[in-house]
Amino acid sequence: MNPPKSLFEKVWDAHSVRELPGGQTQLLIGTHLIHEVTSPQAFGMLRDRDLPVLMPERTFATVDHIVPTHSRVEPFEDEIADQMIRELRKNCDTHGIELFDITTGHQGIVHMVGPEQGITQPGSTIACGDSHTSTHGAFGAIGFGIGTSQVRDVLATQTLVMNKLKVRRIEVNGELRPGVYAKDVILHIIRTLGVKGGIGYAYEYAGDVFDRMNMEERMTVCNMSIEGGARCGYVNPDETTFEYLEGRPYVPKGAEWDAAVERWRSLASDPGCHYDDVVVIDAADIAPTVTWGINPGQAVFIDEAVPDPAEAENDAERASITEALEHMQFDPGHRMEGTPIDVAFFGSCTNARLSDFVEAASVLKGRKVAEGVEAIAVPGSQLVKAECERLGIDQVFKDAGFEWRDAGCSMCLAMNPDKLVGDQLCASSSNRNFKGRQGSATGRTVLMSPVMVMAAAVTGHVTDARRVFESKPEVVA
Amino acid sequence: MSQTLPPIRRISGQAVVVPGDDIDTDRIIPARFLKCVTFDDLGPQLFRDERFDEDDQPKEHPLNEARADGATIMVSGDNFGCGSSREHAPQSIHKAGFEGIIAGSFAEIFFGNATTLGMACVTLQPADLRELQDLLTSNPALDVTIDVEALEVQAGDRIFQAELPSGARQSLLEGRWDPLTDLLAAADDTKALVEALGYHNGMRGRSA
Ligand code: SF4
Repeated sequence: MNPPKSLFEKVWDAHSVRELPGGQTQLLIGTHLIHEVTSPQAFGMLRDRDLPVLMPERTFATVDHIVPTHSRVEPFEDEIADQMIRELRKNCDTHGIELFDITTGHQGIVHMVGPEQGITQPGSTIACGDSHTSTHGAFGAIGFGIGTSQVRDVLATQTLVMNKLKVRRIEVNGELRPGVYAKDVILHIIRTLGVKGGIGYAYEYAGDVFDRMNMEERMTVCNMSIEGGARCGYVNPDETTFEYLEGRPYVPKGAEWDAAVERWRSLASDPGCHYDDVVVIDAADIAPTVTWGINPGQAVFIDEAVPDPAEAENDAERASITEALEHMQFDPGHRMEGTPIDVAFFGSCTNARLSDFVEAASVLKGRKVAEGVEAIAVPGSQLVKAECERLGIDQVFKDAGFEWRDAGCSMCLAMNPDKLVGDQLCASSSNRNFKGRQGSATGRTVLMSPVMVMAAAVTGHVTDARRVFESKPEVVA
Repeated sequence: MSQTLPPIRRISGQAVVVPGDDIDTDRIIPARFLKCVTFDDLGPQLFRDERFDEDDQPKEHPLNEARADGATIMVSGDNFGCGSSREHAPQSIHKAGFEGIIAGSFAEIFFGNATTLGMACVTLQPADLRELQDLLTSNPALDVTIDVEALEVQAGDRIFQAELPSGARQSLLEGRWDPLTDLLAAADDTKALVEALGYHNGMRGRSA
C-alpha cells in the first residue's frame, strides 16, 4: 500500500519533471491558458530568443481583460486594446494555438472558458498569466497564476520553476443558512484566516458545504483563494465534478471517458493523509458578508459595524483600518447597511456564471434599479450570455434597468472602458476591492454576492438581501 | 535548443540616484503603460509621471539630467519596487539601460523579476548607502562598480560591502539567472512525462 496522500501531493508528484539545482521543482504544466493582456510580451520574449512554442496543443487562448463589453465593432475605440487583441490573434495563428475568439461564440473570461470547454480537468496542472487561475481548483486541478516571464517559460518549455506548497484543509461543516451563498463562505474564510494567511499554502476545501455545492459555487470559492494569500485552492473531484464535465468538447469520450473518471476518482485526497494545517468552520456561523475596506479580508456580516481603529490589536492593524476607512470615507463603527451606492456591477470570474444569473434574476424579476444607480450586468462568457438570453434572463435585467453587456472582465479591473468615476461607490460581485481597482483612484468597491448586489441595486444602498427579497415586488413591470 | 547566458561578475558605469524609500512599481512605470504589446518600448516611460508633467514638459528629476544619459546603475532607498507583481517595472528599468540597482532593500517580487532579467540588485548598510549617495551628488561623474563576485560596491576609491542573497548571486555568476536556460535543458524529460499524462494528449476538442 502506498502511504496516503493529498490530491495536491499526487498531482505535484505526477507533474514533477526534476529537481532543479536550487532545490526547486521543475513542474510540468499540463494546461496553459492565455489572454490578450499578459501574453503578447511573452511571445515577444520567445521571438527575441528565437524559440518555438514547445506544445502549442496545450495552450488555449481567449480575449477577456481589455475587450470592450458595450460594443463589438472593430477596430475597437481603444487603439492599444485593439492592437493587443490583434497581436493575440496573430500569435495564436503563427503558433497553432486554439483561440476562443469573439466570432466563435465561445469567448469569455479565461477562467470560465476552461471549465465550459472541459479543458479544465481533475488532476491537471493549469497555469495562466492571471492570479485567479486558482478558480480551476474547483475541479481538483492545481491552478497557478503566473507572471509574464513564466508565461514565456510555459510556452517555451511547458514547465515552471516552482516551490512546493504546504496544504491546509479547510472544512466547512453543517448547513448554510438561507440567503448565504458561496461568495459569503469564501469572504468569511478570508476574513477569518486573513489576506496573508494562505501564503505558502494550497487550500483544500472540504466538508458538508463543499460536498453539496455545485461546480459553479465551488469555482466561486476557489477563485478567491488567492485573495486569502493561497496560490491555489481545490475541491476533491466527485460525482458532481464528473457530471459537470461529461460531454464537454475537450473531455474524452466513450471508454476513454470511463477510464478518465476512474483515474480522477483515484486522485482525490486519501483518508488519513497528512495536512500541514486543518481549519474547521461551522456553516451556521456564516451570514451574508460585505467588504468595508480596501482588501477582501476587510469584511463584516451585513448586520455588523465596521471596526474602530481605536480598538485595533496593534499598530499595523490600526494603520490599515485607518487607511481603509479614509479611502472608503467611512467613520469608525460605520454600519454597511444603508450605505448609499452609485454603481451596481454584476460580473467577473468570481460570479458571472449561469447559476449566478438564474439566482439573481429570480429575485430581481419585477423590480427596478433605484434611481441614480448605474447598473451593469456582464455575463462571464458568450455561452452564459446566450443561455441567459434563451431563458429570458436578459429581459429581467433590462426591464429592471440594468445594462446588458457582452462577455468580458469589464469593471472587475477596468482595463476596458467600464470604469468608476471619481469616488463612486460600487456594489460589486467581483473579487478585489483594492484602491483604484475599478478604474478610478478614489473609486470605492464593496464586494458581495450577486443576490446582495441585486438588493443594493434595487434599494440604492448596501443592505440585507434576505429582508429586501422576503416579499414579492410591489410594482410589477 | 539550450542556450547559455553570460555570467555576470561585475557591472561598472555611471550611476543615477533616485532618492526616497518605498519607490513603488506604479511610480516606476505608471499603470497606463501596463497596456502594451511588448516590453521593448517601456524604457522611455520609466518614472514617466515623475519626469514629465501633464503637458509632457520635463520636470526636475535625476533621470532628466545629462548625467543620466548612458547610466547603467540606479541608486535608491529602502523597499525599492514595492507594489504590484507585474514585470513592467523591472522591465522598464532594464530597457532604459540599467544593469544594476543599489538600494537599502528590495521588495521581494521585484527582486525576483529583476534578477531574472540579469540585473544585479544589491543592498548596502544605511550609513554606506547615504555616503554613496552623497559621493554621487557631489561628483556625478564618479564611476560605480557593483562587484557581484566580491560582494562590493566601488565608487572612486571608496569600497562598500554589499549584500546579495547567495542564490541570486550564484545564478548571476553561473549565467543561470534566467531559469529558462535550465528549463529548456530538460525538454526530453518533459516530453517523456507528457506522454504519461492522461489529458490533452494530442486531442483537439473542436476537431474531435
Ligand atoms: S474577471 Fe477580474 S479577476 Fe477575473 S480574470 Fe478578469 S480581471 Fe481577473
